[in-house]
Amino acid sequence: MAPVVWLRSAVSVLGRFPALAGVTLDASPGEIVLVQGPNGAGKSTLLRACAGLVPVVRGEAIVLGIDLVADRLPVRREVAYVGHASGLYDEMTVADNVTFWSRAAGLSRDISAASVMASMAIAARLADVPVGKLSAGQKRRVSLALAMSRGSMLWLLDEPHAGLDADGRDLFDAAVRHAARELGVCVMLASHELERAESLADRTITLVGGTVHAAPAAENAPAPQVGAVEPQVTHVG
Amino acid sequence: MWGDAALVAAKDLRLELRSRVVTNQIAPVAVVVLMLFGFGLDADVGVLQKVTPGLYWVTVLLMALLAIGRSVDAEATAGARDMLRLSGLDPAAIFLGKAAALVAQLLVLEAMLLMGVSLFFHATIKGYVLVFVAGLLGTVGLASIGTLYGALTGGTDSKQTLLPLLFLPAVAPVLLGAVRAFEGAFGTNPHPDDGWPWVRLLGVVAIVYTAVGTLAYGPLLEGSDPA
Repeated sequence: MAPVVWLRSAVSVLGRFPALAGVTLDASPGEIVLVQGPNGAGKSTLLRACAGLVPVVRGEAIVLGIDLVADRLPVRREVAYVGHASGLYDEMTVADNVTFWSRAAGLSRDISAASVMASMAIAARLADVPVGKLSAGQKRRVSLALAMSRGSMLWLLDEPHAGLDADGRDLFDAAVRHAARELGVCVMLASHELERAESLADRTITLVGGTVHAAPAAENAPAPQVGAVEPQVTHVG
Repeated sequence: MWGDAALVAAKDLRLELRSRVVTNQIAPVAVVVLMLFGFGLDADVGVLQKVTPGLYWVTVLLMALLAIGRSVDAEATAGARDMLRLSGLDPAAIFLGKAAALVAQLLVLEAMLLMGVSLFFHATIKGYVLVFVAGLLGTVGLASIGTLYGALTGGTDSKQTLLPLLFLPAVAPVLLGAVRAFEGAFGTNPHPDDGWPWVRLLGVVAIVYTAVGTLAYGPLLEGSDPA
């Protein structure tokens, strides 16, 4: 099966600093990959580069069949990405945020805010509460629910467990396992909560100084054909 | 594209309805500024009436700066800019939507200010059509310029100072055209018809900056990425 993420000596530069200094990595459909490493190792930049938010300036990078070096913009609509920040508007209610971002992502109007919220067990009573009044964990649930609702075959999650309570973590882990095992979604997550994340992941790669320090399996898959991976619509929850 | 623009405009207006920054914070500041102009000019009604168009539009510019800052901040906080880039929304539509929402907010502010100058300066409008057309075109120009420079400065650490430095010189043609048009509409110009030629300048500025913003917003959104 063609890798969803295929990087060969990928370099991303932030300012003058090479945040990714030649990363080689494969991630396949249905695989859960944990990206770990010390602060500043390039974990977040790796996820942002795969999401098309940061350019890959050298090397090769094909994500979901899209050549990121040639044009990274098309991949953005195809991935589900959750970064450190919630991406939500504090003054707007949870329902307003979910509705806006769902419409902006081009999701069907049949997908209601309630169904998106239900995927991360967000209480219905919170629908009319401004996001600014939510706890960090509740905001995280909304962000994760929105990402999972996009129907992407690649989830890129930066510190997804941060702020979540025990129930939220269990629910999130179950959703990730379901998406990977049942729907074939490839999940890449960066986390400092190693024990939890390692129990969830199929394998771990370690980044140090913008390069892969240790990978249990050799990255030897041939380059996927550009345009070969057709994004599929899969909804969780 | 128009559907996406409407979605973004509705979102920005919803943000304003929830926060009421323009109506509850910026509008009172605008009224205070008008009153200070009145005190500064020694409450001489004749002088105040004569300079009403200029005072009015300088106040509009200053308040527009606050509203634009607010519009920029909405996307700068909490990673919303990343979410917009990932959404797949056409950058031109994002520009048009944000500019349209600003136009709506500024028009409300301008209507309140018109009541203010009528009350404090005893200014009377003699050409309502001219006020409406010049006000609308001037506002479109302000909103387009502000949204464009807002995107340029949004990802920088010095946006609070950089935005006024770029915005205020760029809106000089709007200020000139709008003040001259309003002088005609308020009757402070002995030749009321002299106001209409300035409307053309306002129209040109509005069209040019809307077109430039539509084309440039995407690259600006990428180029101002703080990451």
